[in-house]
Amino acid sequence: MENAVASPPYNYKVVQQFTIMSVVWGIVGMLVGVIIAAQLAWPALNFNIPWLSFGRLRPLHTNAVIFAFGGSALIGTSYYVVQRTCNAVLAFPKLAAFTFWGWQVVIVAAAITLPLGYTSAKEYAELEWPIDILITLVWVSYAIVFFGTIAKRKQAHIYVANWFYGAFIIAIALLHVVNNLEIPVSAWKSYSVYAGTIDAMVQWWYGHNAVGFFLTAGFLGMMYYYIPVQAQRPVYSYRLSIVHFWALIAVYMWAGPHHLHYSSLPDWAQSVGMVFSIVLLAPSWGGMINGMMTLSGAWHKLRTDPIIRFMIVALSFYGMSTFEGPMMSIKTVNALSHNTDWTIGHVHSGALGWVAMITIGATYVMVPRLFGRKQMYSIAWINAHFWLSTIGTVLYIASMWVSGIMQGLMWRAVNTDGTLTFNFVQELVERQPFYVIRLLGGVIFLAGMILMAVNVYKTLRGERDTHGADNVLQTA
Amino acid sequence: MSNFWSWFIIVIVAINLLGCAGLLLWNNSISAEEAAKETTGHSFDGIVERNSPLPRWWLGLFIGTLIFACVYLALYPGLGKFEGMLGWTSASQYDSEVALVERQTGPLFEQYAQVPIEELINYPEALAVGGRLFANNCAICHGSDARGAKGYPNLADDVWLYGGSAEQIVTTITAGRQGMMPPMAAAIGNTDDAVRDMAIYVQSLSRPDVANKGSNAAAIERAKPKFVMCAACHGPDGSGNQMLGAPNLTDASWLYGPRLEDIEYTIRNGRSGHMPAHENLLTKERIHVISAYVYSLSHKPDTKGLPSP
Repeated sequence: MENAVASPPYNYKVVQQFTIMSVVWGIVGMLVGVIIAAQLAWPALNFNIPWLSFGRLRPLHTNAVIFAFGGSALIGTSYYVVQRTCNAVLAFPKLAAFTFWGWQVVIVAAAITLPLGYTSAKEYAELEWPIDILITLVWVSYAIVFFGTIAKRKQAHIYVANWFYGAFIIAIALLHVVNNLEIPVSAWKSYSVYAGTIDAMVQWWYGHNAVGFFLTAGFLGMMYYYIPVQAQRPVYSYRLSIVHFWALIAVYMWAGPHHLHYSSLPDWAQSVGMVFSIVLLAPSWGGMINGMMTLSGAWHKLRTDPIIRFMIVALSFYGMSTFEGPMMSIKTVNALSHNTDWTIGHVHSGALGWVAMITIGATYVMVPRLFGRKQMYSIAWINAHFWLSTIGTVLYIASMWVSGIMQGLMWRAVNTDGTLTFNFVQELVERQPFYVIRLLGGVIFLAGMILMAVNVYKTLRGERDTHGADNVLQTA
Repeated sequence: MSNFWSWFIIVIVAINLLGCAGLLLWNNSISAEEAAKETTGHSFDGIVERNSPLPRWWLGLFIGTLIFACVYLALYPGLGKFEGMLGWTSASQYDSEVALVERQTGPLFEQYAQVPIEELINYPEALAVGGRLFANNCAICHGSDARGAKGYPNLADDVWLYGGSAEQIVTTITAGRQGMMPPMAAAIGNTDDAVRDMAIYVQSLSRPDVANKGSNAAAIERAKPKFVMCAACHGPDGSGNQMLGAPNLTDASWLYGPRLEDIEYTIRNGRSGHMPAHENLLTKERIHVISAYVYSLSHKPDTKGLPSP
């Protein structure tokens, strides 16, 4: 294509800040994950210190990896992608700077309040009301910057990556505000305005769409930019992206009730949630197909380019967990899987395999370009990181599958006298070895993240060389 | 559910499913002119897009899930007030599963119910069943070895708050128990010293060695006259009252801990223990068998043994 359009001097500062912090928060969040995985294997590791207890560190882990690591990566890459694909400088640079510092304050506030035990007790929305208000302010500012940049674009069309980032921004604003409507009773305590089953339904409407829009749509936006750029290939199908985008954002909104099967939620809501979860399979896979087929004609790059490998394996895990999810939403399957480690394995095949690996790939593509370096300090380290991530993820999810299915089967085993064959402790004891394997997987994955941090550091210490790769693509 | 909300649900579900189908139809047809073009002609930061047709297998998968959705919503409750052609509800599924287990296991428990608890402890099979019921229902508080924990009575010793006869055990499990020790600091002088004196006195009831330590003798002298406040429930000699569930303070068994701090806490703040009633959770026959298991923990079976019923 023609490269005649001179690109304006893009605002990279805020992108650089978010990118570096996503690496830092990735390590922090996963370290907390490793600590709580160790506590599950050996409970004495909480040392009887309240601030180190599982119940307080677990929300710290989830908030740190989802909102600190994932959030920084999403906001950072979206600022990069929206500028470059709209051929426009970031709108409202001061507001963009506020989104960075505001988001970091949110994260630090979470890291202080959660271990102290301040929580609204809503999963993935534990932060108390003052922090919720700050999140809202940052998020609205983020939306203004992002959509302001789109409005300034010098392109007639809006690139598909921006559709996904845009849907993610709008949906998260809606979800965050509705689920966190609460009545403060003191500076650090509030109660939800909803009660009982309605509270549970609102919570899981939020919870599942946090998965759908934060961890799926947002990262699909990332995928749609960094894969074609790194593969130097055209996107496979425009019409496929239209279909799966609209189907995905319409159908995801319905899927929440599958978290409440066989609960006091009315049967009709459970059925509708299950049905739409199954319909969600094809729209989810649309993104995987579009990403993978973008590589057609360049499959050999899988052998030579570890960054491509990261991104394609990320899509494989994405495809696997978006198949697993609809299956687990079927009531009869859910009767076995619910409340077991299977769910934890499912979440991490998405979180480690998809979210983290696509972010890692994007980071390796972006860091040299952002900071004006020829390439990453060590390509061999990227390759090593790839294997650490893959082995870590596989150990994690395989151990949780075995443990979870065993759990489900032991819970439902019944004697001829109608009593349960195993009591809780007997089943718990059987799980312990798998908790050690899971910990090992987590440690390996974390080791890869540390290797990436060193690689990024060495890259930044290296010489400036603006003759590195840029986003100039050859046509098909 | 009102008619309005029922139709509201039906309409938006239909719009979503039909919308997906329409989206597929709209994007599946491709004009020859379009198909001839290699890319869409857009370029974003050098990224171009091909316009490959939707993969057939993927299209089939999507349509298949839409058909599944329609069939499922016709058979099961989902579309507002429409109950589904199969008439299934989660509550009826639960009821029929419970009824099935009851049919399968009823005769067994019927047999056990014929044997008095004091005799039932001679039947190892009955005790095995009772042990499993205990593990499923009681172990969460009383521990899988029935030795309890702080605040949860040890059932394996022969110390009883409400009595250890077979009949009393059945009553405890069936109707539950509500233990309540009121805060007593105000009644015995309302000072830290008064509470400590009383704690020392209470501790000395089961440990004569305490009385001889340091200044304890004086503390006991001060506390003793005030013990009348406690005697209403625990008795003048502190040996307790099973009618009220007031623990015996003269034995070495401590529900909330034997340390001076534990006893002080109890005097200052009171305690409340709650054993939930199980009459709506377990059948009478099952309570009978669990009672036999609990009874057996502190009673040796008849060595002669008896044949199984």
